Amino acid sequence: MRQGSGYLDAASSEPLHPAARETLLAALDRGYADPRRLHGAGRDARLLLDNARAVVAECLGVRPDEVTFTSSGTDAVHRGLLGLRHRSDAPVTRTAVEHSSVVHAVHWAEAPTTVVPVDRLGRVEPTAFTGTVGVVAVQAANHEVGTRQPVAAVADAAGGVPVFVDACAAMGREPLPEGWDVLAGSAHKWGGPAGVGVLLVRKGTLWTNPFPDDDRGDDRATGFENVPAALAAAAALRAVVEERDEVGARQRTLVDRIRQVAAEIPDVEVVGDPDDRLPHLVTFSCLYVDGEAIVTELDRRGYGVASGSACTASTLAPSHVLEAMGVLTHGNVRVSLTRDTAEADVEGFLAVLPEVVRDLRAQVGL
Amino acid sequence: MTAADLELDCRGMLCPRPVIELGRRYTEVPVGGIVAVLADDVAARTDIPAWCRMRGQEYLGEDGRGRYLVRRTS
Repeated sequence: MRQGSGYLDAASSEPLHPAARETLLAALDRGYADPRRLHGAGRDARLLLDNARAVVAECLGVRPDEVTFTSSGTDAVHRGLLGLRHRSDAPVTRTAVEHSSVVHAVHWAEAPTTVVPVDRLGRVEPTAFTGTVGVVAVQAANHEVGTRQPVAAVADAAGGVPVFVDACAAMGREPLPEGWDVLAGSAHKWGGPAGVGVLLVRKGTLWTNPFPDDDRGDDRATGFENVPAALAAAAALRAVVEERDEVGARQRTLVDRIRQVAAEIPDVEVVGDPDDRLPHLVTFSCLYVDGEAIVTELDRRGYGVASGSACTASTLAPSHVLEAMGVLTHGNVRVSLTRDTAEADVEGFLAVLPEVVRDLRAQVGL
Repeated sequence: MTAADLELDCRGMLCPRPVIELGRRYTEVPVGGIVAVLADDVAARTDIPAWCRMRGQEYLGEDGRGRYLVRRTS
């Protein structure tokens, strides 16, 4: 059996793309110096970093000077969002299904917050953003259920208020939505190395560093850039963007198949938009099943999946995303496909899923 | 406080135990009868209405602090 074929948690982290691996190994020996220095080794590092920036800009359809590499996607979210607040009392209007990095950033800043509810599919109604003041935070697509948000329509409704978009789940897999002023992405979610985030600040946007300054030249950057990793992230992004039509179509077919088989299991609800969604992920909840138990049982059979159920989370609270959608929070399973997940892997998973659910229910007398 | 035909004290139980108790025992009341689930696990406020939707039963709301009311409809 091919190595890692049972790994179905790409939405947590996509395995390193071969293009990134090659680039990373080559760059490790060249990109060690401080890109700010004027000596030869420094210029070499600067060249690699500028190259990474240019490639990312081209892949995302933005200007190179709009791109900053951060230490993670979370860091890009924190800096990107909070940098749009120019007063300590500036309010934030966010969707109810934002990633926890957005939720925590807003909480940390003690910003007056309006939370916009979502429908059963996990989507906001753009008109709910009409008359917003301060900053809007809306994700490109949801990291737990895959549902895309109508970012451009939200930006239109918000009418001139700065819009922050967390695109960590979508970047590379899909073209960026329209309507953002600041946007964040995360390299390890598209097959780049961990420890590289992408912060995009649209030219002309008023953005000020919410954290201590650093003297890196780019006032949006802080700390010594991981030059080899940024270059590898860029190489992976280029490869992923080139392959995404083919990979995305294949993943959509496989996800449709998972949706169909999961929905046929009694008392299982598949959640999230069936069509207007990310290509690679699907989430369902199984009544009467403990989330930790199903993750453990599937792992015993060689399948690695994630769960938004409380018992599997780092906190005792269930997923705020599932809660906001009003869907079952226990027995939750998120399956997300890597670029290499094959039909045989999915069929193998689907062959064991019904019996795992049945056995766990039998253990509690249901 | 709304009277119920069956009270399930699920305080101290973590998800999905309160919903499992409800699923196992709601047939003890006649069709039209009311089951009250007393639960302090935070997941209950989402999962009990979701159970009603998935099982075709009627969710009547939360009556007081963590007492969830369900009407058996089938």
